[in-house]
This record gives sequence, C-alpha cells and structure tokens, in this order.
Amino acid sequence: MSGEESTASGAVAGTAAGPLAGVAAQPGVPKPDAILVADGVTRSFGGLRAVDVAHLEVQRGAITALIGPNGAGKTTLFNLLTGFDRPDSGEWSFDGRSLAGRRAHQVARSGMVRTFQLTKALSRMTVLDNMRLGAMGQAGESFWRGLIPPLWAGQEKENTARAMDLLRRFKLDAKCHEYAGSLSGGQRKLLEMARALMAQPTMVMLDEPMAGVNPALTQSLLGHVKELREEGMTVLFVEHDMDMVHDISDWVVVMGQGRVIAEGTPDSVMADPEVIDAYLGKHHDDVATDSSEGDS
Amino acid sequence: MDFLQILSSALQQALGPTMLAYAICAIGLNIHFGYAGLLNFGQAGFAAVAAYGLAISVAYLGLSFWLSLLIGLAGAVVLALLLGVPTLRLRADYLAIVTIAAAEIIRRLGRSTTFSDYTGGSDGTRPIGSFNDSFVALNPFPQGWSLDLGIIRFTRADAWVMLVGWALVAFCLLVMFLAMRSPWGRVLKGIREDEEAVRSLGKNVFSYKMQALVLGGLFGALGGFVFALARDNVQPDTFSTELTFYCYVMLILGGAARLFGPLLGAMLFWFLYNFLVGTLNDLAGLQVLPTWLLTTTKSGPLVYVLMGLGMVLLLIYRPQGILGDKRELSLDVR
Ligand SMILES: Nc1ncnc2c1ncn2[C@@H]1O[C@H](COP(=O)(O)OP(=O)(O)O)[C@@H](O)[C@H]1O
Ligand SMILES: [Mg+2]
Repeated sequence: MSGEESTASGAVAGTAAGPLAGVAAQPGVPKPDAILVADGVTRSFGGLRAVDVAHLEVQRGAITALIGPNGAGKTTLFNLLTGFDRPDSGEWSFDGRSLAGRRAHQVARSGMVRTFQLTKALSRMTVLDNMRLGAMGQAGESFWRGLIPPLWAGQEKENTARAMDLLRRFKLDAKCHEYAGSLSGGQRKLLEMARALMAQPTMVMLDEPMAGVNPALTQSLLGHVKELREEGMTVLFVEHDMDMVHDISDWVVVMGQGRVIAEGTPDSVMADPEVIDAYLGKHHDDVATDSSEGDS
Repeated sequence: MDFLQILSSALQQALGPTMLAYAICAIGLNIHFGYAGLLNFGQAGFAAVAAYGLAISVAYLGLSFWLSLLIGLAGAVVLALLLGVPTLRLRADYLAIVTIAAAEIIRRLGRSTTFSDYTGGSDGTRPIGSFNDSFVALNPFPQGWSLDLGIIRFTRADAWVMLVGWALVAFCLLVMFLAMRSPWGRVLKGIREDEEAVRSLGKNVFSYKMQALVLGGLFGALGGFVFALARDNVQPDTFSTELTFYCYVMLILGGAARLFGPLLGAMLFWFLYNFLVGTLNDLAGLQVLPTWLLTTTKSGPLVYVLMGLGMVLLLIYRPQGILGDKRELSLDVR
C-alpha cells in the first residue's frame, strides 16, 4: 500500500492508465474506450432518490473504483446495471449492446458478472460445486443432456481443473470438498469472487470484495485483481479502504446521495476538496460500520 | 390381540400399492422441496389431475387406455404451468399458497354434484365405468396365482399393480439419480440455497424452477395413476391435503434431498401408521385402556396424535431424517 507500489502498478498497467491519463477529472467525462455507458439512470425508494446518475462511462480494461459514503447508492447502482433491480428511468449499454430491461441472468451472460456486498455463498454445496456452478455454457445444465453423462463429462473435467486453479489462487483449494457454509465470512467473499471469475466475464463488478477478508490475504487479492486487468478484464469495485483504492485503481468514481459527484485518477480525486468534504471526512465512521457488516 | 396379524398386515401395507403411490408422489416432492426448495403444498392436485384425466378419458370419453395416460400426464404439466407461471418469480410462499388452494379446488370439483356425470362425485368414478380393463388384461401373472411371501400374501391383481408400481419407483429414482448428479441438478441445488447468486451466474432461475415443478408434478401424476389403478376407482377424497402432508412427513422422515429418502420414508411411515391403527383398534376392542383415552371411535384421532408426537420427536432428535446429513443442518444457511 506504499506510494512506491502504486506508482509501480500504474507503470505496469500502462495500457489502462495510459488512455485515461489525459481524461479530465469531472463527473460524467467521456472515456476513450468505454465498455459501460449509463445515461440518466434513476431509482427512487419512496421519496428517497437512491440513484440519479446523469452520465457515467467505465473504461475498458481498467480498474475503476466506486467510492462514496454509506447510502450513497453504490449497491443500488450495481443492482440496476446488472438487472437485479429496475430503474425508474435510464439507458445503459455494455460492450455496445443496450442492457436496459434485460434480466439479471441475461446481463451475466453478456459478460458482466457481479458479486454481492452481503455474500451469497451457497451454503449446503461444496466449495468446488459453488465454483463449477459459475462456469457458463455448460451442456449438462440442460435437463435432457444432463441425464447422459458422456455429453458433459469432458466439459465438467475442464471446469473442475479451472476451478481448482482459481481456488489455489484464492487459497481455498484445501477446502474444496467442504460445504461453503462452513467457511468464514472472509473466505466466503473470496469464494464469491472466484466463482464470479469462473464465468469468465469481460467485466466484473465487485461490491466491497475486501470487507471482512483477512488482512494477510488482501494483499494477494489486490495482486490478483491487478492480474485480471493484465488479462484484459474490466473491473469495477466498491471499496472503502482508501489505501487499497489508491493502490490498485486506474480511475475513481465518487458517488454521493445517488449522484456521481467526482471522477478522476486516484491522486486527483483524493485531493478534491469536495470529495474530502462529502466522503473522506466521514471515512472512519463508515469503515467501522462496514467491517461489522462484513463479518456477520 | 393378535400381534402377528397386526404386524403382517402393516408389513403388507408397507410394500403394497398404496405405499407405492405415496412413495412416487413423495419422490416428486423431493425434487420440489428437497432439491429445488419449492414449497409445493399441492402434490395431491397433480395426482388428482392425472387420475381423473385417465379415468374420465377412458370411462366417459371412451378413449384408449394409453392415450388416456398421456392425457393425465399432460394435465399435470398444464397444472404445473398454471401454478408456476404467476408465482415462480415471486417469493417462495406464493407457490405454497397457490398450490394448496389449487389442490383443494380440484378435489372439490371432483366432489361437486355439478360434474358428477363425469367424475361420479364423492363416491368416485366407478359408476361412470371402469377404466383399467386394458391394464388388468395385461396382467402377466397366471389366473389363480397369488404372491406368497410367507407371512404376507398379495392377490394376483395387487401383485400386478405392485410390479408396475415398483418399476415406476425404480424409474423415478433412476431419473432423479441421473438428474441430480448432473450440472442441471447442481443449478437446482444452487437455487435452493440462494437464487440471486445463481442468477448472477447467468442461469435462468425461473426456467429451472419451472422444469423442477413440472418434473416433480409428473412424478405426482404417476403416483396418481397407481392410486387409480390399485383401486379401480378415482375418489376425490384420496387427493385431500392429507395426501400432500403425508408425502412431506415421508420425505422428512426418510431425509429430504436424499435419493432414497422418500422411498424409505414412505415404507416406514406407512408401516408405522398401519401398525398403530391395527394395535389401537385391537386395544379398543379389548377395552383395557380407560375410555377417556381410547374407544373404538377414538382410535382414529389417537393415531394422528401419536404420529404427530412421533413427528415432533423426529424433528427434535433427528431433524435431518434417517438418511439426512447432520452437517448440513448445522450450517449457517441464510
Ligand atoms: N430496497 C430498498 N428499499 C428502500 N430503500 C433502499 C433499498 N435499497 C437501498 N435503499 C436506500 O437507498 C440508499 C442507497 O443505498 P445503497 O445503494 O445500499 O448504498 P451504498 O451501497 O452506497 O452504501 C440508502 O439510503 C438505502 O437505505
Ligand atoms: Mg453498498
């Protein structure tokens, strides 16, 4: 988390940081190669306008952090973009295709896969089965073909190998035959992230992936997220730890009361007085409440 | 009191046609409740639709036996679609409410005098005509033969129903075995655990729940056929809510989400039930117990009290059922 390390990562990620280098630090600014473009997305709960995003673009192949105080609307925005909730109005497209009105499973199939702030490990299934479930396009997931093992056994073997590979990276391989429900809160977060990667998404959306994860593991996890970028994946993640955000992200989007209130490189955003006012001032309170959620 | 007599008749029930019909319905319920987490409280409705479909098609419409079987199965599929389409996108309890209501409506339609030209009303379809002639004609066992298993004996007709019933049980269990070890079954189990997580991985949860509802409903339909064929009659009160709840008890007793759970549960439950009925009837006749507790008219309700007590004890001491895995229940399932 030192300054040196973040400079180094910025240099490695020349492809991603490069294109964003000249982009102006202002809300809704266009990106040179946007994979996700949202316009006028709003969602109200009763009288509360939880999300009101006029325009937002997410750069392809970059790591974008979404920050903002609790209740800023980050999770709700995730839900809207991934089809888990319906907006009151708005349009958005992913990889050139409009996603508005698409159901959650269709969004996932189009290559945008999300994780949840409150983990959803499938408790009474083994860790390995959780992983295998993540793989897309399985022939055996159709009822009739499922009845005939030779039609899917080969694919299953490949998926299992890939799952074990990911589990090793997330240090969960030793637990592969245990029920997911027996994992700790932090391990469930890791499993959920690994499971999302089984789907081989073009873009992953991680809602507070580090909350509750053992600090000893977060460093290797950060390294892994950077690797994803190297592999060409786009990452959008919600995180409260500013050091972490500074360390791995190419771009930072700040939300407050449903709106995008600031955007920019980590350095420029953290120097923005408006951001410090709206968010960083309350930073420590937020972290305290959030980590208690994550461990539950 | 003739214990051997009570024991052998309970044993006869535990292997016979009625148990088989229950077991097949319970295997279907295992898909719904055990694997997919669907709260179907109307399994009796699926059995009823199929049984009536068969009986009315043959006896009233004069269609062939085989075509009528298909009509019965199609009825169960239609029922599954009717119940599933409006509710499977909603919270789990909506399906429960709608299924229990639908099953009761079907039974009441069967009882109603308005349709008694087709259904025979509360006495069943027998007055309309026989529907199992083709089935009886296929009986491979020689005339005058009976199945003799030492202390119990089945008639030639029962033996034929049992042969078919056990074959259906084997078939259903084979389908379950293959389906639940496949990636399809894995998706279903995932839905039981958390359907949003499964949705986030690109699976069409609604479609899987629908497939599960249809498949389990079809098994319920097969159970309904066995009821109908064993009795050569389709009586509405066979398909009361009690049938569904018996299936739940069997499933939980044997172990939900276990392949052999519903079969073991059905055999054990039906044995215990008949054993208790026999014992209490005999005790009532002997008048050895105080009359506030047991008379011939009270023996029926007392059976239910005792079975209920047994169920409570089961849920306290072995909530996972006989074949269940204790580990699963100790998990933090949210
Ligand atoms: N289902 C809901 N019903 C009512 N209010 C909601 C619902 N979901 C979120 N909210 C409200 O919307 C606001 C944004 O919430 P959320 O998106 O969870 O914020 P964040 O993830 O940034 O902490 C909060 O005020 C929250 O209370
Ligand atoms: Mg949130």
